[in-house]
Amino acid sequence: MKVLVAVKRVIDYNVKVRVKPDNSDVDLNNVKMAMNPFCEIAVEEAVRLKEKGVATEIVVVSIGPKVAQEQIRTSLALGADRGILIETDEKLESLTVAKLLKAVVEKEQPQLVVLGKQSIDSDNNQTGQMLGALTGLPQGTFASEVAVDGDKVNVTREVDAGLRTVGLSLPAIVTTDLRLNEPRYASLPNIMKAKRKPLETVTPADLGVEIKSTQTLVKVTPPAQRSAGIKVADVAQLVEKLKTEAKVL
Amino acid sequence: MSILLIAEHDNATLNVATLNVVTAAKEIGGDIDILVAGEGCGAVAEAAAKIEGINKVIVADNAAYTYQIAEPMGDLVAELGADYSHILSAATTTGKDFMPRTAALLDVNMISDISAVESADTFVRPIYAGNAIATVQSSDAIKVITVRGTGFDPAAGEGGSATVEATDIVKASAISAFVGEELAASDRPDLAAAEIVISGGRGMGNGDNFEILYKVADKLGAAVGASRAAVDAGFVPNDMQVGQTGKIVAPSLYIAVGISGAIQHLAGMKDSKVIVAINKDEEAPIFQVADYGLVADLFDAVPELESMI
Ligand SMILES: Cc1cc2nc3c(=O)[nH]c(=O)nc-3n(C[C@H](O)[C@H](O)[C@H](O)COP(=O)(O)OP(=O)(O)OC[C@H]3O[C@@H](n4cnc5c(N)ncnc54)[C@H](O)[C@@H]3O)c2cc1C
Ligand SMILES: Nc1ncnc2c1ncn2[C@@H]1O[C@H](COP(=O)(O)O)[C@@H](O)[C@H]1O
Repeated sequence: MKVLVAVKRVIDYNVKVRVKPDNSDVDLNNVKMAMNPFCEIAVEEAVRLKEKGVATEIVVVSIGPKVAQEQIRTSLALGADRGILIETDEKLESLTVAKLLKAVVEKEQPQLVVLGKQSIDSDNNQTGQMLGALTGLPQGTFASEVAVDGDKVNVTREVDAGLRTVGLSLPAIVTTDLRLNEPRYASLPNIMKAKRKPLETVTPADLGVEIKSTQTLVKVTPPAQRSAGIKVADVAQLVEKLKTEAKVL
Repeated sequence: MSILLIAEHDNATLNVATLNVVTAAKEIGGDIDILVAGEGCGAVAEAAAKIEGINKVIVADNAAYTYQIAEPMGDLVAELGADYSHILSAATTTGKDFMPRTAALLDVNMISDISAVESADTFVRPIYAGNAIATVQSSDAIKVITVRGTGFDPAAGEGGSATVEATDIVKASAISAFVGEELAASDRPDLAAAEIVISGGRGMGNGDNFEILYKVADKLGAAVGASRAAVDAGFVPNDMQVGQTGKIVAPSLYIAVGISGAIQHLAGMKDSKVIVAINKDEEAPIFQVADYGLVADLFDAVPELESMI
């Protein structure tokens, strides 16, 4: 079966972002960018499905500026077969991303679409579910286990109260959570090989999708800073402070 | 303006997270209707009707909604919600699962995890693991919103007398079904609602060592949380993870034990009123947000703490 994976280029998770002095947005100039960590988990899951003989082809799609090719190449080095860049420099909201992905799903007809549960920049946690609604496909979000069995897939989901398993008929959509797998690193020979794998570039217009925006970023401010506290000498002093100063015990 | 608010519940009891959403809805303004979708959820509907300031409770009691799986829920809420100006739910794993589906079915965008209401169309939400706070204005005809519980005080759960009416809309799903679940059984308070939270990280070493935290928790009536590293290592289950991609907590007292203080962890707890850190590394970043820091070996400090409270 064919697996489609959506990967997003975002700020590297180790970088603490700064807000621009004019409060118009965050400052991404000269900031290290990388693949969204949940998307790495999505690529890894697809590669494991291929290694198990369940998946036959892995197509990776990213929507963004030309440089997002880097994240597609990384996915190809990790084991994906072919890449699609939907190139645009415009700022995208989830509904547009989902509409673009829907167009790819219609063209590629994958049996499984794997996305991250959440972009670590917008912290939206929306796209996979929106894609599910637009395509009419079932979803298994926040997956910690994916078991394909014939024309069905069981997805175990990390939920607030523990774990819950849903059974979906294929084609289906899965969004990854942290415990689904531990992504591998790309080897040098695979990075070289990835350079020769096909990467097609299309535009939103090619897919017949108009980029629409319904959300305006009014301002972006830094979070309230906590004032530095004190170091206590021992447990006795800690308990004393919590009782008499903080009054929380 | 009119708001459709989706109740969070397990068919037996109304989850208190719903009360925080009611407060957000009141700040937006307008009539508030609550949808209780489930099976055999009459007691939940009654509880919802008692919440102060609710216009009407709509009950969708059907086997299609027993587990509130995303496909039927997304469809139901999109159909009922089409006549409202706002659709709100808690930013729980249930709300996060079906609300984006509802938004896409209504051909609108969604605003996730709001922490404040500026006006009926403008909302505040943390982005980049809480390292930036965005104010977002929406021009969508229907605003689909999930609400971060820590941003709003709970509304009064008593004093209201809303009318309760049933809906017979049934959106059964042929493509998805509930298979099973493994729920964490705990007598301790819910992480999201607890006044005191004590969390353990990789420094705990193994799952058995969490016992020393449970002892403190039981003396204080606290909930127990964990860092991602502690969950990944299998010390404790996933429902205990606090952070950017886990649960967001803001108790009166948060005690971080053997946790370094990565930005992703801070994102889930730095709005706590008082933060205590116990860590043997005095350079650990957690000390930068701690009101009281104790540089010590946790295996000495935690039992000592237990004996002194
Ligand atoms: C996409 C993504 C999402 C993430 N989401 C989350 C999230 O939601 N929540 C989260 O917590 N993390 C999250 N993380 C992980 C985060 O980046 C850190 O890796 C994690 O929080 C580290 O956990 P820790 O502090 O327990 O472990 P470590 O960083 O290893 O720290 C262990 C600490 O224990 C101390 N210690 C060790 N032994 C003792 C002892 N005997 N006594 C006292 N102190 C001791 C050490 O000094 C150290 O400071 C996420 C990461 C990514 C990439
Ligand atoms: N621009 C994009 N290009 C490709 N995939 C995306 C893009 N934006 C979001 N996604 C996918 O949707 C997931 C969830 O993102 P979000 O809904 O933005 O939190 C990501 O982990 C990706 O798999």
